[in-house]
Amino acid sequence: MQIPVLAELVAEGKSPEILFWVGCAGSFDNRAQKVTRAFCKILHEAGISYAILGNEEHCTGEAARRAGNEFVFQMAALQNIQVLEGYDIKKIVTACPHCFNTLKNDYPALGGHYEVLHHTQLIQQLFLQGRLRLKEGGSFKGKRITYHDSCYLGRVNGVYEIPRAILAELDAELVEMKRSKSNGLCCGAGGAQMFKEDEPGDKRINIERTEEVLSTNAHMIAANCPFCITMLQDGIKFKEKQDDVIVKDLAELVAERL
Amino acid sequence: MLQPLLFMVIVAVASLTAFRSFRRIYRNIHLGKPEAIVGDVTTRLKNVLLVAFGQKKMFKQWLPAVLHLFIYVAFVITQIELGGIFIDGITGNHRVLASYLGGIYTVIIGFIEVLSVLALVATITFLARRNLLKIPRFIKPELDGWPRLDANLILFGEIILIVGIFCMNGADVVLQKIQPDHYPDTGFLAISGWLGPFLFGGLSEGTLVAIERFGWWLHLLTVLAFVNYLPYSKHLHIMLAFPNVYLSRLKPRGEMDNMPVIMNEVKSMMGLVEESENTTDGAEMPEFGAKDVFDLSWKTILEAYTCTECGRCTEACPANITGKKLSPRKIMMDIRDRAEEIGQRIEVNHTPFINPEKGGDTLTAENYADGKSLFDYISREEIHACTTCNACVEACPVMINPVVPILELRRYEILTEAAGPHEWVPMFTSVENSGAVWQMPVARDAWTQEV
Repeated sequence: MQIPVLAELVAEGKSPEILFWVGCAGSFDNRAQKVTRAFCKILHEAGISYAILGNEEHCTGEAARRAGNEFVFQMAALQNIQVLEGYDIKKIVTACPHCFNTLKNDYPALGGHYEVLHHTQLIQQLFLQGRLRLKEGGSFKGKRITYHDSCYLGRVNGVYEIPRAILAELDAELVEMKRSKSNGLCCGAGGAQMFKEDEPGDKRINIERTEEVLSTNAHMIAANCPFCITMLQDGIKFKEKQDDVIVKDLAELVAERL
Repeated sequence: MLQPLLFMVIVAVASLTAFRSFRRIYRNIHLGKPEAIVGDVTTRLKNVLLVAFGQKKMFKQWLPAVLHLFIYVAFVITQIELGGIFIDGITGNHRVLASYLGGIYTVIIGFIEVLSVLALVATITFLARRNLLKIPRFIKPELDGWPRLDANLILFGEIILIVGIFCMNGADVVLQKIQPDHYPDTGFLAISGWLGPFLFGGLSEGTLVAIERFGWWLHLLTVLAFVNYLPYSKHLHIMLAFPNVYLSRLKPRGEMDNMPVIMNEVKSMMGLVEESENTTDGAEMPEFGAKDVFDLSWKTILEAYTCTECGRCTEACPANITGKKLSPRKIMMDIRDRAEEIGQRIEVNHTPFINPEKGGDTLTAENYADGKSLFDYISREEIHACTTCNACVEACPVMINPVVPILELRRYEILTEAAGPHEWVPMFTSVENSGAVWQMPVARDAWTQEV
């Protein structure tokens, strides 16, 4: 599978429909790279004309902004906006809810206006358009799957039902956690917490969430965010349940059935 | 005609003192920075109808929502009876509305009575929830002292008010049979119709008149005391919830306020704008973020005064749930308390707090310097614990947003003080120098080789 890079496509005189914003985690984190590849597989299978920025992509600056460092955010954001403007980008999809939120909600005030989709939104559209065919007899029948709402897709941007609709496409038996949708509990990574130690307290937030996951007796957690995946995996490992519960991104669950 | 005179003097004095207190709060709210309220009026009005009047967000927890609704509806509808008290108080008549409205009066007062009983049930349940059942959100440390007493005082006030209503109506019902000329027929009142004769039947006429007057004055004085108490209480939400919901941010939750000064500075560094366009060029860079209420939007201070300390935010906060110090409710209470502190000093013109560098003879928001800031109320540990998950924003029944001030405090710490958690520094450096949140030895597109 060849991953199309925007600069190369443009050099060939092509202009892809949509830019896939890979993000820092999707580019560098081993676990998140798997999600990136799974999503590319979906895009290929659906015949979407897409491209990545490759080395022209720069961190969105999301974590720096939420930590309070507006200078670093502005430098990152204005640089990205320049690159996006240079390619006349109108539509972006990303597998990271933090990139998604910042591109969608933070960039307009700086002059960057795009139609931004989270990868679950695009996947759902592809299902609706009949562009994705799932193989029969998937491995999800009879498996209990719980879904973890990321804050930045869910509560912050109000996307609760689309990821659940994808799980329904997969015939998964969804077991909701007590705190779900608008009441969903954070994994503990947002607001730049990913990049620092927890403040003193009784327990880490990901452990609290992991305990809630375990109480559902689910075999699998479906997630939509690279940071949630890291946090939940750490939690599962801490509870020594890695043989019983696995954490997967929705894109991976879909890609496995293509 | 001593009674109408006494009535008018008491009402006038109570109104004046209340006016002064409300003016103080108005001023304190405007200690904050101006922020234009922009956005669709229709959406704002819809929010007021659904969230403020309709209490939509309360119904995430149905039991307290229903009980609260009893008190709320009883409070709103009792204003009709209060109107009657005012008319009678000024004119020296007795239940003049009963004679004018006839059967409608019976229905309205009967309805008020039923709601008052429901409100009584709710009030007693609330007292129990706070003091006996000790619901977790009511026993957090930020409620120790005055906030806890305040909450209980209001509930007791509520009971006094209801006692007043039933003394007044109950004795009246009995008196209607004895002195029909002076006590116009109210028809059969839903509760007092039977409760009055049950409690007060057979008492002497003098005693009945005394009970009726006691109830009438008790009700009136409690209301006037309540109006004067509001500006010192979390209970101010009964007034501020409406403007606060109307004025609440319509911007996406995920959008942080832009900082144009920094944006322009960075643009000029990047050569995106002409040097002459750069407003800060040569001048000293201003302070960024918020270290005190003066640096917050007035809207945030309005939110702080609107907060009724219910703690739904704190109950939903992942940091608080896992034992961290952060409590979004405490953040809002601290902002309010700091605004109060400053407002009181300004009101009494406490001149030692005039910043000599700024000058002036009277203490104002501009020259205020007491050597303290919001960081004396809110610790660093608290603001560092926020995951910006917006659970507090989602939970607040009156659309308060604690994330906004938390992030403004973080901005001050990072941008103005160059402080903050040291673990963030490598992330900042990495984003700035290598374009990723982590310093990586490989190119950003290296993963494409392994596909």
